[in-house]
Amino acid sequence: MADLTKLTASGLAGKIASGEATAVEVTEAHLARIDAVDEKVHAFLHVDREGALAQARAVDDKRARGEKLGPLAGVPLALKDIFTTKGVPTTVGSKILEGWIPPYDATLVTRLKAADVVILGKTNMDEFAMGSSTENSAFGPTGNPWDLTRIPGGSGGGSSASLASFQAPLAIGTDTGGSIRQPAAVTGTVGVKPTYGGVSRYGMVAFSSSLDQGGPCARTVLDAALLHEAIAGHDPLDSTSIDAPVPPVVEAARNGSVRGMRVGVVKEFAGEGYQAGVMQRFNESVELLRELGAEVVELSCPSFDKALAAYYLIAPSECSSNLARFDGLRYGLRTGDDGSRSAEDVTALTRAAGFGPEVKRRIMLGTYALSSGYYDAYYGSAQKVRTLISRDFQRAFEQVDVLVSPTTPTTAFPIGERVDDPMAMYLADLCTIPSNLAGNAAMSLPCGLAPEDGLPVGLQIVAPAMADDRLYKVGAAVEAAFIDKWGHPLLEEAPSL
Amino acid sequence: MTVTELVSYEDALAAYDPVMGLEVHVELGTKTKMFCGCSTALGAEANAQTCPTCLGLPGSLPVVNATGVESAIKIGLALNCEIAEWCRFARKNYFYPDMPKNFQTSQYDEPIAFNGYLDVEIDGGEVFRVEIERAHMEEDTGKSTHVGGATGRIHGASHSLLDYNRAGIPLIEIVTKPIVGAGERAPEVAKAYVAELRELIKALGVSEARMEMGQMRCDVNLSLRPQGADKFGTRSETKNVNSLRSVERAARFEIQRQAAVLGGGGTVIQETRHFHEEDGSTTPGRVKEEAEDYRYFPEPDLVPVAPSREWVEKLRAGLPELPRVRRNRLREEWGISAHEMRSVLNAGAIDLITATIDAGADAASARKWWMGELARRANEDGVELAALPITPAQVARVCALVAEGSLNDKLARQVIEGVLAGEGDPDAVVAARGLKVVSDEGALGAAVDEAIAGNAAIADKIRGGKVAAAGALVGAVMKATRGQADAARVRELILEKLGVQG
Repeated sequence: MADLTKLTASGLAGKIASGEATAVEVTEAHLARIDAVDEKVHAFLHVDREGALAQARAVDDKRARGEKLGPLAGVPLALKDIFTTKGVPTTVGSKILEGWIPPYDATLVTRLKAADVVILGKTNMDEFAMGSSTENSAFGPTGNPWDLTRIPGGSGGGSSASLASFQAPLAIGTDTGGSIRQPAAVTGTVGVKPTYGGVSRYGMVAFSSSLDQGGPCARTVLDAALLHEAIAGHDPLDSTSIDAPVPPVVEAARNGSVRGMRVGVVKEFAGEGYQAGVMQRFNESVELLRELGAEVVELSCPSFDKALAAYYLIAPSECSSNLARFDGLRYGLRTGDDGSRSAEDVTALTRAAGFGPEVKRRIMLGTYALSSGYYDAYYGSAQKVRTLISRDFQRAFEQVDVLVSPTTPTTAFPIGERVDDPMAMYLADLCTIPSNLAGNAAMSLPCGLAPEDGLPVGLQIVAPAMADDRLYKVGAAVEAAFIDKWGHPLLEEAPSL
Repeated sequence: MTVTELVSYEDALAAYDPVMGLEVHVELGTKTKMFCGCSTALGAEANAQTCPTCLGLPGSLPVVNATGVESAIKIGLALNCEIAEWCRFARKNYFYPDMPKNFQTSQYDEPIAFNGYLDVEIDGGEVFRVEIERAHMEEDTGKSTHVGGATGRIHGASHSLLDYNRAGIPLIEIVTKPIVGAGERAPEVAKAYVAELRELIKALGVSEARMEMGQMRCDVNLSLRPQGADKFGTRSETKNVNSLRSVERAARFEIQRQAAVLGGGGTVIQETRHFHEEDGSTTPGRVKEEAEDYRYFPEPDLVPVAPSREWVEKLRAGLPELPRVRRNRLREEWGISAHEMRSVLNAGAIDLITATIDAGADAASARKWWMGELARRANEDGVELAALPITPAQVARVCALVAEGSLNDKLARQVIEGVLAGEGDPDAVVAARGLKVVSDEGALGAAVDEAIAGNAAIADKIRGGKVAAAGALVGAVMKATRGQADAARVRELILEKLGVQG
């Protein structure tokens, strides 16, 4: 039999549905791949072998009983360790939650289970999703399958690396400032940040509530669409979830086309700090869009220059409040409780021991930004910038159907290169952050390898809120054209590990 | 502990003008909590009524309880407030173990209701208008029990137990504007305001507002300024004053204490104070080294609350008759004085009397039993009138039996005693105890003859015109009939038989 780990999710689902392969065989093949390569990659924090096989058996039983199977039934998935899983550890990449076993499933997990998707385990991430390299994980970094000495992006580096190293055909990420798209870009995979409110946040450990959004990661646009459809939709347990039909993403992915569409190129996403090879592949992508029949329009979004600054006030502010609950009293780590100390002291010791430096930095930033006397100057001003950014997008979308840009200014940088330079690290999210602030939908998909380092470059597509289907329509057309041009999917050029 | 120096109330008021601010927290009687589906029922085992949301588990999210919002709007409307067209929740950030998220979901600068007033009546019938600043929604905290210390406070305790059943129960916080101009009646106004607010909350049906159960809690903020001054003085904040009487006492104590401080040339410290039921005093709470910064910001996990005007108007139209209006109406219907009505109100007897009248009793009898015999019993047993094991329908039946002449007052009291003792309905008690007015004229006549024969000297006095002496013969007849005779009829018979005009 062909190597099951090399197939797409839709391909695997087809084999399982037709009986060509069982879900158990598919799961076992992926577990074997994890055993073979994850020691090198370190994509997973926890592999739920038993749970995955039990789910796979249930799918095979369903088929044996003649029940109809869903479009992703039996397909394995790698879940970012930020979603609660009943009975399975959830650490959010932090020592402070080490050993915690959640008593409940996130809504997204419930939906994956209902779709008979097989959850292989939980993937590595920057602690509390704060980072762009996965180096902030309390449990050690993850390697980029293209070059294990380089970062796989972050915060969802475990999910992107699991896809690029064929340990899973599907993965889930979360995107607060680019944590789905930037890892997808640097690993040559596809990642989508749905419209804010498109996928339930219930059971997704909060970093910055008004920005966090879970979404699909895959190796193809169609697979991402199938996963998107499985996890999206209104959830009464999340009052910020949108109560409207899910945009027709799968249909769009099956009917890729840009003919007659207007595509905007944002002037501000270029210049200093952008790697030459990244700009080269991006410019070729714009050319390709023209060839495919799109009208390309250059436009300006002047407020985007302030996006990073606004983001680093809003996200830390919300995080300082969201992370207050980790006090060592009810769950997770507890440090210094020797019977002589007060609850206050135990909380302080627990937080000192349990949080890593980046998390502490952001808690302090946010605590400061929300302090009385500073609130208006910091949090208040940042909210105003947020409004301006939304207006820039709104004006842009009056002229064009989608916007395109590089996903991230550079290809994967070496592990350790930016750990002591937070500003350099923050710049990795320059192009992705505006969409989080505005709450619209965005995708990253591979657009080639940078000539100077042979590493993947990502193309970002941005669509208005609730027009997620446009990402897939454009993405599918671009993906097909590139595969035509290259003669094969980009990931075939990745080292075999 | 040092004794707090006080000046006399009269001297304090001669020199200073009190300014008060009252903050009242009301626990709503919704079936479920403010942001999750957990039950709010009292008395469950510790932490049995919790879920990921009210425990603040990682990943959990709040969803607003629509009934909680509706209750808040009703309270706002009843307090003559404007209702926000759009408002948000906010996070109040501070660390405390009984607060699972280490922030309280509350409202900050966008309350659901604002700019209202409540008219309260004080003794003598004077109406005082208390202006309302705002009423906002928030969630309650869990409950800490400090174990091992002498005082039950955290100081000296070896450990604490946490029960999160209360965490997330909806609260409405109602804040007055500064209450000025009440002068010496400030403590009385404070008490009357809380009492009126309690009646209002109960009438709206949004909470039982039982202060002794913590369903309604009051903070009394008070400052003094020299008579004639415009500027407010520094206030103290006396927390958790949890009975009507305590509200009055706390205000009074603070007036006397602050007057002593100011009169001695000192300055009042802005601080939290504890109220002590046993002696009516207040003492300073923990001194904070720096002012707490709650770092309020809009709650990003909740969408704004935007009650439509149609909904607000529908709720306004559905408001019940408000307590003061209702009291005035009932006072006229019952034909009693304002003073008598206040006694009825203070006894918590309005609804009981109304229900008794609805069950067929006349107003005077219904009021007589509830405010007399039953109030005495409640007082003796140390319970609320409503907590006595007798229903308005049962009281109405007793009234009916008296009205038809089957019982006299003395027997009626025995029937009530029987009902309270759990012997069943009034008719069952009458039957079991054999309580019945002797109305058989023949039997009564024989008893009267016997009494006259046995008390010849007295009978002669009556014949001689000393009608007042008849009482002794009535007593003898009542004794002989074991109290079951109609005393008035007995007197008539005695006078008749002795040929005297009554």
